[in-house]
Amino acid sequence: MNSKAINQVRFGVPDDSMVFARGVRKSFGTLEVLKSIDIDVPKASVACIIGPSGSGKSTFLRCINHLEEVNGGVLLVDGEFVGYDLRDGKLYEVKDSLLCRRRADIGMVFQSFNLFSHMTALENLIEAPMMVKGLSRREATEKAHVLLERVGLGGKADNYPRQLSGGQQQRVAIARALAMNPKVLLFDEPTSALDPELVGEVLQVMRDLAESGMTMVVVTHEIGFAREVGDQLIFMDQGVVVERGTPREMIANPQSPRTQEFLSRVL
Amino acid sequence: MSRAETQTPVEDLVVVPIRHYGLWIGTAITLVLFYIVAKALATNPAFDWPTVGKYLFHPSIMRGLGQTLLLTVIIMTLSVIIGAIVAIMRLSPSKILNAFAGAYVWFFRGAPALIQLIFWFNLSLVVREISLTLPFLGTLFSLRTNDFMTPFVAAVIALSLHEAGYMAEIVRAGIKSVPGGQAEAAGSLGMNRRLVLRRITLPQAMRFIVPPTGNETINLLKTTSLVTIIAVDDLLYAAQSIYARTFETIPLLIVVAFWYLFVVTILSIGQHYIEQYYGRSDQQQGVSKRRLMQRVFGIGRMARPA
Ligand SMILES: Nc1ncnc2c1ncn2[C@@H]1O[C@H](COP(=O)(O)OP(=O)(O)OP(=O)(O)O)[C@@H](O)[C@H]1O
Ligand SMILES: [Mg+2]
Repeated sequence: MNSKAINQVRFGVPDDSMVFARGVRKSFGTLEVLKSIDIDVPKASVACIIGPSGSGKSTFLRCINHLEEVNGGVLLVDGEFVGYDLRDGKLYEVKDSLLCRRRADIGMVFQSFNLFSHMTALENLIEAPMMVKGLSRREATEKAHVLLERVGLGGKADNYPRQLSGGQQQRVAIARALAMNPKVLLFDEPTSALDPELVGEVLQVMRDLAESGMTMVVVTHEIGFAREVGDQLIFMDQGVVVERGTPREMIANPQSPRTQEFLSRVL
Repeated sequence: MSRAETQTPVEDLVVVPIRHYGLWIGTAITLVLFYIVAKALATNPAFDWPTVGKYLFHPSIMRGLGQTLLLTVIIMTLSVIIGAIVAIMRLSPSKILNAFAGAYVWFFRGAPALIQLIFWFNLSLVVREISLTLPFLGTLFSLRTNDFMTPFVAAVIALSLHEAGYMAEIVRAGIKSVPGGQAEAAGSLGMNRRLVLRRITLPQAMRFIVPPTGNETINLLKTTSLVTIIAVDDLLYAAQSIYARTFETIPLLIVVAFWYLFVVTILSIGQHYIEQYYGRSDQQQGVSKRRLMQRVFGIGRMARPA
C-alpha cells in the first residue's frame, strides 16, 4: 500500500480530497494562531476563506505548503503530508529535496506579488520549470508564452516587474505559479495590494482558472468573488473555523453572530 | 504697484533667481587656493617634474605596479570568497556557525592590517613546521614555515583575511536587504535553499554588494602599500628603493601617487559598468552618464540657479 492509501484509511480522507485538514494547530511562541482547524477542499473546487485581520488565514495557507510547520493535527495535500512521511505511527521530516518536489505541486500567489525583481516576466516564468523540473529553455519559454497569453500579457514578456502595473504583476505571478503545473493554487489576498480599478483584471484571471477546473484556496476580502466563484466559503476568526457553507447561503443567511457582524462590516 | 502686478500677463512674469552669496564666496576662495597650489606645483623646484617624467615608466616602477595589481587581484578574489562564506555562515540558523562568523569578523576586521601583516610574516616564531599526519598513512607532507611564508604569501594571507572581514559584512548586508518574500516565493515554486541563494537572493543582493565592494577594492589597492614594510616589492617599495639611492624622494612619490590615481580611475569606470549591469532591472534613462562623471571625478550636485 502506498503512503497515500495508508493515509486515506487511517485518517478517513475522501477520495476526491485535495486539501485535508484535521485539528491543525499552530503557535508562534505562546501565541496560538490556529486552534484545531478542520477544512476539506475537494479536487477542482474553489474554497474561499474570509475573516478579520489576524485570524490566522495567511498562517493556515502557509501551513498548507509547509512554509510554516504545524504544531499538531493532520494536514494533507492530495492525500499526502507535505513536510513529513508517516512511518510506524511517527511523522518523519522529509529531506529538503523531497519537500521541494512536493512544494512544486502547490502553487502560491502572494498579496505582494513577490515577482523576482531581477528577472523579466518571461524569466520569472521559466526559472522554476528549468531549475526544478529540468525543462529545456526552449520548452519552458514556449510554455511561458502560452501562459502569459492566457493571463492577457502576451506583449509584456520582456518587461521587468518594476515596469508593470500592480495588476499586471499579479497576473504574471499567477502565470508563474501555473508554469509548474500545480495540483492546487493558494491565493493569499491576491487583490488587496491593488488599486480598485486593477482588481477586476486579476479576479477575471482567477475566474477563468476556476472554470478550467483548477483547485483553489483563496483568502480574500472580495465577497462578490467568493459568492460568484467559490464552492465553499469558510469564515475564520481567532484561529478557529467559525462557520462554513455554500457562499450564497452563508452570505444571505449567516448563522453565527460573529459571521453576521463580520459580513455586515465588509458588505 | 499691486495694480501693475495684476495687469501683467501671466506668461510675462520674470523669475528672479535667489542669490547664493555663500556659494560665490566659496567659489572665490576655492579659485584662490587652486591658484596657490598650481603655482607651487609649477614653480617649486622640489617637485622636479622632469625627474617625475624620467621615472614614470621606469622598469622597476612598472614591476612594482604589476606586483601591486597582482596583490590586489589575488587578495580581493580570496576575500570575496572567504567573505561570502563567512556571511552565509552568519545568516545560517546554526548558532555555532553564527558565533564563529561573528568572531571572525570581530577579530580580523578589528585588528589593524599592519599588525596582522607582521604577524603572518613572523609566523615561524609561533609555528616552526606545518605537517599533515594521518593514522596509517603517516606524514603526508611537512613544510618548514620559513620556506613557504615568503613576504608575498604573508601579504596575501594577512590582507585576505583582513579584507574578508569587511567583505563578510558587505555580503551579509546585501543578502539581508533582499525582501524575504523573494526567497519565500522561490521556495513555494519548489526551489531548494541552494538554488534560492544562487538564483534569487544573491543576484539581487549584488546590487547592494557591488558598490561597496568597488570601494573596498580601491581601498585595498592602496592598503597593499603596507606590504612595503615586509619587503614585498610593490609599487611603493620600488619607489623607495630608488629614492634611497638618489634622494629624489618627492618626484618618486609623485610617480607612485600618479599610478595609484590612474588605477583608481580605471577601477571607478569599471565599477560604473558593473553596477549598471546589476541594476538593469530598474534603469532610468539619462542618469547613467551623470553617475559615471560623479563616480570618476566625485562631482556631486552641480550648482544651478534657483
Ligand atoms: N512569523 C510570525 N511570528 C510571530 N507571529 C506571527 C507570525 N506570523 C503571523 N503571526 C501572528 O499570527 C497571527 C495571525 O496572522 P495571519 O497573518 O495568519 O493573519 P491573517 O488572518 O492572514 O490576517 P490579515 O487579514 O491581516 O492578513 C497574527 O496575530 C500575527 O501577528
Ligand atoms: Mg494575511
